[in-house]
Amino acid sequence: MLKLNVEHLDAIQRHAAADYPAECCGVLLGNHAGEVKRVTEVSPLANLRHDAARAQEIVPLENPERESELNRFLIDPREQLRVEKDARARGLTVLGYYHSHPDHPARPSEYDREHAWPWYSYVIVAVEKGRPRDSRSWVLSEDRSGFQLEQLEVADVLSHAQVGRAGQRSQGQ
Amino acid sequence: MAVKVMIPTPLRQYAGKQESIQVEGHTVGEALSGLIARYSDLRRHLYNDEGKIRSFVNVYLNDEDIRYLSKEQTPVKENDVLSIVPSIAGGAPSSGAASGSILRCICS
Ligand SMILES: [Zn+2]
Repeated sequence: MLKLNVEHLDAIQRHAAADYPAECCGVLLGNHAGEVKRVTEVSPLANLRHDAARAQEIVPLENPERESELNRFLIDPREQLRVEKDARARGLTVLGYYHSHPDHPARPSEYDREHAWPWYSYVIVAVEKGRPRDSRSWVLSEDRSGFQLEQLEVADVLSHAQVGRAGQRSQGQ
Repeated sequence: MAVKVMIPTPLRQYAGKQESIQVEGHTVGEALSGLIARYSDLRRHLYNDEGKIRSFVNVYLNDEDIRYLSKEQTPVKENDVLSIVPSIAGGAPSSGAASGSILRCICS
């Protein structure tokens, strides 16, 4: 189970909307006990696909004409290393990553599956015509054959007025 | 040389649940071989069938990507830190493969 506060989900959705029609990505930090991961921080990261030449050195695209920052994301490993170190120094763990699916459902793609790692939570936000829609969390299955939907628990910690505003954003279909 | 290898969370389950592991070696390659000699389940996550480091795996010696040093032949010094950094990549389905929702036109 992935637990986060409404402010975290809000930050992810705002990032996804701001970067539309490009894909956005970011990291989920926090702590874990058994099967429960609790997010305490979300942090936007740059999509290295903006830097096509460098991205190609890290994880090459097979078909650059059809694949770009509009339907692909890649996190700079150097940036990841910095985030990992910083998290460790503050007693936090990288729990997973989020990314957006511009004009596609919040379901992992085949490309997501091929590049996924076990254990991490992969939060996907569907963005439809610039508006964030569903947000779902997925975990790669043991045999890598697919993803399992992970329970996403969103705690309300905002004031009444803010909750009302956040509540207009749908989180489920 | 004793070097410390930092294990990312997804791989800790194959490395005795440890965050870091001390190994011996004179090069990055030797240090990583020492690691998988002890934790053989790590092999398939770090190496491909040809025995090369998988392209989705980044290895940093202190703050340098070993791709830009001498790769696995890069010498290591006492107390160096090797970090295994998993590539995080993904994306929406390529157009045409979308189920439901709106298809983006990439034809123009
Ligand atoms: Zn995706």
